Amino acid sequence: MDITWYLVLSAFVFAIGAAGVISRRNPLVVLLCLELMLNAGNLALVAFSRMHGGEAGQVFALVVMVIAACEVVIGLGIIVAMYRNRLPIDVDEMSELRG
Amino acid sequence: MWFEQVLFFIAGIGALAGALGVVLLQNPFYSVLSLVGHLLGLAVLFLLLNAEFIAAAQVVVYAGAVMVLYLFVVAYIGGADEPLRPESGGVALFGPLFALAIAVELCIAFIASGLQALDTRGADVARPENADQFGSPGAIGELLLTDFLLPFEAASFLLLVAAVGAVVLARRRRGLEEPSERPEPPTETLEVRV
Repeated sequence: MDITWYLVLSAFVFAIGAAGVISRRNPLVVLLCLELMLNAGNLALVAFSRMHGGEAGQVFALVVMVIAACEVVIGLGIIVAMYRNRLPIDVDEMSELRG
Repeated sequence: MWFEQVLFFIAGIGALAGALGVVLLQNPFYSVLSLVGHLLGLAVLFLLLNAEFIAAAQVVVYAGAVMVLYLFVVAYIGGADEPLRPESGGVALFGPLFALAIAVELCIAFIASGLQALDTRGADVARPENADQFGSPGAIGELLLTDFLLPFEAASFLLLVAAVGAVVLARRRRGLEEPSERPEPPTETLEVRV
């Protein structure tokens, strides 16, 4: 398959994730959609690495996976802390950080 | 060669369906399961791109460990069915429109970039028999410990910081500093009447 197919697929996955981040209200699902966007970036990185013929892009993809894991851990920790403090699990209600 | 194309379309459609399921399903539990399907489809695509180590890491670390963490949290806080955004407000219209615009824009950027190798199957990555093959764990590990040693160490340090941060965020507030079981003041009644 041509590299273009993989890149177009990653563009579509990224767009679906962006739509989810915008339109969902549950912070758990927002985190899942962020995972989608990061994975779309991973697919593009690996496709470009295959096109270029060097493994550097795959190392970048590994680092992106590490970043995604850190983001998940911190995000889920915040959600659990919100649940403990009986705050509503809804991104529209979380406006206390607004300056 | 047709086998590769069939596999690409099966895995690609699976990945797209998983992504759509994450966004469109109402129950967060099913969203997580749909993301697992998406990740497995993506792992097949990585295999097609000769990225064997990334595919294995995707299945073991991502679809295995990270998704189990998600499932625990969803089960803990009780993922209730959430109705999709009611059609009042501009977000219901703006969200899909924005997504479509970004997809079209990215496709235009990719296809019109003029890169010569986009319409090929990629560079020739065949290597001699006794060397580490392209994308194998040996080749990736050698890169990680030679050229990318600093990013590798920085990533491990970031994981350590994230683990400590998660423990600090999610621990119980009482019981650690005050072992005498002093009842903490109810936070709801602390509002000051002005």
